[in-house]
Amino acid sequence: MSSATPGEARKTQLLTLIVIGSNVVGNVSLSHGMRQVGKIVSASPLDYARAFANPWTLAGVLVLALWMITDLALLSRADLSFVLPVTASAYVLIAFAGHFLLHEHISVQRWVAIVVITLGVVLAEETPPRTTEGQSEHLQ
Amino acid sequence: MRWLLVGIIALCNTVGDVLNTAGMKRQGEAELDLRSVAHMVARIFRNPLVLAGLGSLAVAFIALLSLLSISNVSFAVPATAISYLLETLLAKYVLKEKVTWRRWGAASLVAFGVLMLSW
Repeated sequence: MSSATPGEARKTQLLTLIVIGSNVVGNVSLSHGMRQVGKIVSASPLDYARAFANPWTLAGVLVLALWMITDLALLSRADLSFVLPVTASAYVLIAFAGHFLLHEHISVQRWVAIVVITLGVVLAEETPPRTTEGQSEHLQ
Repeated sequence: MRWLLVGIIALCNTVGDVLNTAGMKRQGEAELDLRSVAHMVARIFRNPLVLAGLGSLAVAFIALLSLLSISNVSFAVPATAISYLLETLLAKYVLKEKVTWRRWGAASLVAFGVLMLSW
């Protein structure tokens, strides 16, 4: 088990927050952009390329690229069985964002699902982020 | 055809995440300053495990797009839910993580919650 110093633990926490935040902002932005663009059912890549002209879509894709990089960085520091449930809090935040920003309806059933996912997130957060051996990356 | 795609999505998502985790662990803990992140990204291009992991996630994504084109979103959700449990299983036996009852409980609650979102 790696004995993380408080500084290292804080870096892992910060990365976790960036992963969750970029997932939420990226998805909400992409969803808002694609709704403005309208339905695309086409075999032509040009039609999809046109979607990128929408600033919300473009911002969403860029933020999701940031999400991918920070997710990999987080996996270098924490267990997969920790990262998976903890970052699932993005589902909860995306539902809130959809409700409060995009004015989507959330049924009672979805509220219950949100509570169940939140319980899973809280349970995972009570475990140490990393249980395998590790070393820091050193720049050459 | 639909269930075949669900299977491909669950399997490729799982394999992709496990390969990415193994590859990134081998690369060493990433630091948070810009120079270190750029260095980390550059090293990923020479990391066969992560490259294979990203390839696997790309296949999962293409399979998801195919599934979405022949059925609605709720049909894709079981694949995500199965992935949570399958990945936790492989994290324990392949990545040798200490998966306690709390982690199993967390993965199960999230998988169940995700399924409920689609009902």
